[in-house]
Amino acid sequence: MSVQGVETTSSTSLSDSPSNAAPDRRALNANVQRILPWLFPIVVISTWQLASQAGWLSTRVLPEPWAVLKAFWSLTLSGEIGKHVATSTWRALVGFGIGGGLGLLLGLLTGTFRAAETLLDSTLQMIRNIPALALIPLVILWFGIDEWAKLFLVALGVFFPIYLNTFHGIRSVDKGLIEMARSYGLSGWKLYTQVILPGSVASILVGVRFSLGLMWVLLIVAETISAQAGIGYMTMNAREFLQTDVVLVGILLYALLGKLADVLAKGLERWWLRWHPGYQPNART
Amino acid sequence: MNQFDLELQALAVHAPPAFIPRDASVDRRATATTALRRPRGGAAVDARGLSKRYGARDVLTDVDLTIVPGEFVAIVGRSGCGKSTLLRLLAGLEAVDTGQITLDGDARGRHQADIRIMFQDARLLPWKRVLDNVALGLAGPDVQERAREALAQVGLSDRAKDWPAVLSGGQRQRVALARALVHTPRLLLLDEPLGALDALTRIEMHGLIERLWQRHGFTALLVTHDVTEAVALADRVVLIEDHRIALDEHVPLARPRARGVAFDAIEDRVLQRVLSKPGEEAPPPVQRIVPASEWRWAV
Repeated sequence: MSVQGVETTSSTSLSDSPSNAAPDRRALNANVQRILPWLFPIVVISTWQLASQAGWLSTRVLPEPWAVLKAFWSLTLSGEIGKHVATSTWRALVGFGIGGGLGLLLGLLTGTFRAAETLLDSTLQMIRNIPALALIPLVILWFGIDEWAKLFLVALGVFFPIYLNTFHGIRSVDKGLIEMARSYGLSGWKLYTQVILPGSVASILVGVRFSLGLMWVLLIVAETISAQAGIGYMTMNAREFLQTDVVLVGILLYALLGKLADVLAKGLERWWLRWHPGYQPNART
Repeated sequence: MNQFDLELQALAVHAPPAFIPRDASVDRRATATTALRRPRGGAAVDARGLSKRYGARDVLTDVDLTIVPGEFVAIVGRSGCGKSTLLRLLAGLEAVDTGQITLDGDARGRHQADIRIMFQDARLLPWKRVLDNVALGLAGPDVQERAREALAQVGLSDRAKDWPAVLSGGQRQRVALARALVHTPRLLLLDEPLGALDALTRIEMHGLIERLWQRHGFTALLVTHDVTEAVALADRVVLIEDHRIALDEHVPLARPRARGVAFDAIEDRVLQRVLSKPGEEAPPPVQRIVPASEWRWAV
């Protein structure tokens, strides 16, 4: 067919043009791009190490990085880190599961049904404006200082970003696509799963990433109030004994876990939004 | 192209079936699975006294339009004249205020599955691969096969696994065309589907649409602002002006059509008629040409 012939020639000429640019320079650029983000942390840490060794920094204020590493290693060997990280991760995941799940469910509900929006949305918007941490005294009164208090705080914190973004995602699905799908015979559940839900995934994932950040913040606070295990407990305990290196290990652990959660969320984005031009491999140059 | 297709083409061009028996719809349902390969012919469209208002603004007033089965009708008019609204009414995307639309003598609503639309923007689902987009809304055991066949008809078999985002504008519209054809519509509504494409791609698409229309024999209604496009494709060009049909011109040219004296004469006649009535938007005043003596350096 002549149409096909015309189209293929045009597409090959398109794909040819960028590959003509010098490939070595691009490879070099890619390597520099990979190294560059690490440059600044490396400089900071070596300066810190040198300053500690020279005696400008008291170990009380800030232990040297080497000591922190040693503490990390000995805590790992003794199994303490494993125990605390497991406890904290469990709290984070369960809290996120409850809060995020409810947020998703209610977001889908209010996004899909006007009646649900009228009934629930203004109430939720009111609650949203209360900082979760302001509820700590009440939470302690309600749940005491056991696990439920921590889970409640985490769940409450992660609920709103996911709820809001799900609602927004459902409402901002392209009306033209819905109209098209209806005219092609899709309705009800099929329309929902093939058009509305995929159309709002991008927005929901923004909510998920936002929530993951909040999840750790709330967990840290919850664990420092009162706990018998967890990273927060470990750092508070170390503070009592002036073990600044262990405190720093705890802080580093939070940073690592936060980064890990973000990487996971990004992975989800890359998988679920692989159709999106912004997430396609050839678009990242 | 095999002999059968050639014969069918000849049939579609020279002798559109003037009458389709009422009980044809029963037959169609029985043979639905093998329908793609067997053209089902076009639907007779009859619109009587259509009116549509948006708020206080009249869009269409008492419009009558009759299309015989297999006919290709183009609707032209200035932007905002209501030509797209007429198409949306026929598609059932909007409800008529007064008047009625029938397909083969039945109420339009009973033939929803026989009507397919191609929109100005392709409206492909970006999260479905090309083949799954074509298969949208299909049911049955041979969905993939039918979608593949439709994709082959628009010459895009090799893009079946691609995401719509990597296709060009023309390719997207061809996928949209395949998605419409896979349902073997008896009325295909085209809402300025080529409006956003470049001139070369448009010419290509004209040929493709014409070939597929001849092959499948559906009734086609094309809304366009391009009079050349209308004359190139349509059996009849209908002009909408002041909320009603102002011109209904037959285009008795042999297909495939090439530009020539007769083509230009018809195009010119329609174009002059469109332009003769000064609309709300007057042509921009001609810029005064500044004589060289009045030039100034812009420094």
